Amino acid sequence: MAAEHALRVLIVDDEAPARNRLRDLIADCALKMPLEIAGEAATGRQAIELLPECEADVVLLDIRMPEIDGIEVAQHIQKLDEPPAVIFTTAYDVYALKAFEVHAIDYLLKPIRLGRLFEALSRARTFAPLRLDVLREIKADARSHLSVNERGRIHLIPVADIAFLKAELKYVTVRTVEREFLLEESLAKLEQEFFGRFVRVHRNCLVAKDAIRGFERATDADGEGHWVVVLNNVAEKLAVSRRQQHIVRELGRIL
Amino acid sequence: MSINQNANAGALPNFRNLGILLRILVIVDGMCLAAVLLKTTEPLLLLKELIDASALVQPVLILSLLTLAAANDALHRLRYRYALAALVALELALTTAVYYLGLHLFGGMGALERYWVFTLLITGILIGYFDLRGRALSPALTEARLQALQARIRPHFLFNSINAVLSLMRQEPRRAEQALEDLADLFRVLMADNRQLTPIAREVGLAKQYLSIEFLRLGDRLRVEWDVMHMPADALIPPLVLQPLLENAVYHGIEPRTEPGAIHIRIARDGREIRLSISNPYLPHGDHHAGNRMALANIRERLALHFDAEARIDTIASAETYEVRIVIPYLKAGA
Repeated sequence: MAAEHALRVLIVDDEAPARNRLRDLIADCALKMPLEIAGEAATGRQAIELLPECEADVVLLDIRMPEIDGIEVAQHIQKLDEPPAVIFTTAYDVYALKAFEVHAIDYLLKPIRLGRLFEALSRARTFAPLRLDVLREIKADARSHLSVNERGRIHLIPVADIAFLKAELKYVTVRTVEREFLLEESLAKLEQEFFGRFVRVHRNCLVAKDAIRGFERATDADGEGHWVVVLNNVAEKLAVSRRQQHIVRELGRIL
Repeated sequence: MSINQNANAGALPNFRNLGILLRILVIVDGMCLAAVLLKTTEPLLLLKELIDASALVQPVLILSLLTLAAANDALHRLRYRYALAALVALELALTTAVYYLGLHLFGGMGALERYWVFTLLITGILIGYFDLRGRALSPALTEARLQALQARIRPHFLFNSINAVLSLMRQEPRRAEQALEDLADLFRVLMADNRQLTPIAREVGLAKQYLSIEFLRLGDRLRVEWDVMHMPADALIPPLVLQPLLENAVYHGIEPRTEPGAIHIRIARDGREIRLSISNPYLPHGDHHAGNRMALANIRERLALHFDAEARIDTIASAETYEVRIVIPYLKAGA
């Protein structure tokens, strides 16, 4: 027992009083078990930025938060090399609570009771890792960001910034105006999740409708003509496959 | 409106209510058109018949509405039976007067008895219609519906507020006390009998108590701008109209933002109307619109039960703001 270091807890909640309350309760728990506060975050983004350096073993994660909610934060942080255990906190969220029960995911109801918090923290080291498919099921809406692990840190890519997604072997290349990222997800699933935002121009390529400047004709190596997509602010032109030619007519904007 | 009132005793409608007057207009003109259609469907003839019929019907109709609006209070003081008799007598008298005026001016009007029968028929149908409608909206029924419609507060708000109060207990017990008092007042109103109209100043007071609890949770993220300089404090409003709209504004306009946002509330008198406007920052991709629609539908129905066609509620969503506008007639407390 002696070698085990104190359990480090990261508090994530957008409401200051809720964070204060957790700090008080954790101080109470610390009288009975080795416990340390690793940090506090007021937004999901802050939590994702803090995690790699604060060495938290467990995250107390509020579900309803602006911009990136708790369920989505939990999805992104699974990409860390050693993701912390997650205990969700919520005032009221019938649908999520049902799912938590079904999948034995730990959660605390606000107002949080000292006894329940102590219990959850004592068990935190034994938690099974969260499963992405379960989290995705709880939050049916599309994510606000995609994420990649870059040298141990989570990099968030706002979905609104994405110009196109291109499947290559076992990766999907995510292209924004600034740069590209490699994502380990399936193009078909991404198409489903972000239905309406992207349009399929080719078997291996989804283009953001907002990023399309127009279409123009091009000639390939065999001298055959086909359509290509011209993008706003991205030089690369993307081929439209014969099967997807109808989108040229549907979206218009022939250059 | 009291539950003890005998729901089966008929009552005349309020002839000063715009909705009632409109209903009478539509029904009478509709029946007139139907009667003419029975005679002919040939367009030119139809037009001629319609003009002929209108020459008598419209003056009687307009005079009736004016007289009834003027005599509304007097008629309502009478017992239903006598009020009906007075109403029928009035209609027959008006028909007769317009008949002789027409005879004098144009001549060749046909038998007076025919017009009497027509008037009696229309009056009878209208009385029957309003009696049925009155029963459908009878006090007991209306009260039950109003009760069911009473705004329900989001559990999300309740539990987060209690959590916020708990967080104050150790460091700032005085603020915790104040917050609990506000919460108690809010729930007292929520659980009270909310079927009677309430002075708007009290509704504003309640809204301010509600917002003080939200300030506790949200801190600087929430800003509120009140523009109530031209609000008559004695105007009457159904209770719990403002608070649920503010709760929506906080839930959909402020909480989903990481940046601070402002809710703007404007209440002013405009002639014989009171206009309320609540606007908040709008997030095109904001979530949970179902809850918002439910609160709006609830308020819309309560406004209709209290004011019929004289109240309006509209929502305007622009690129950056979402606004709810309500117009209600200006009724004074104690009048």
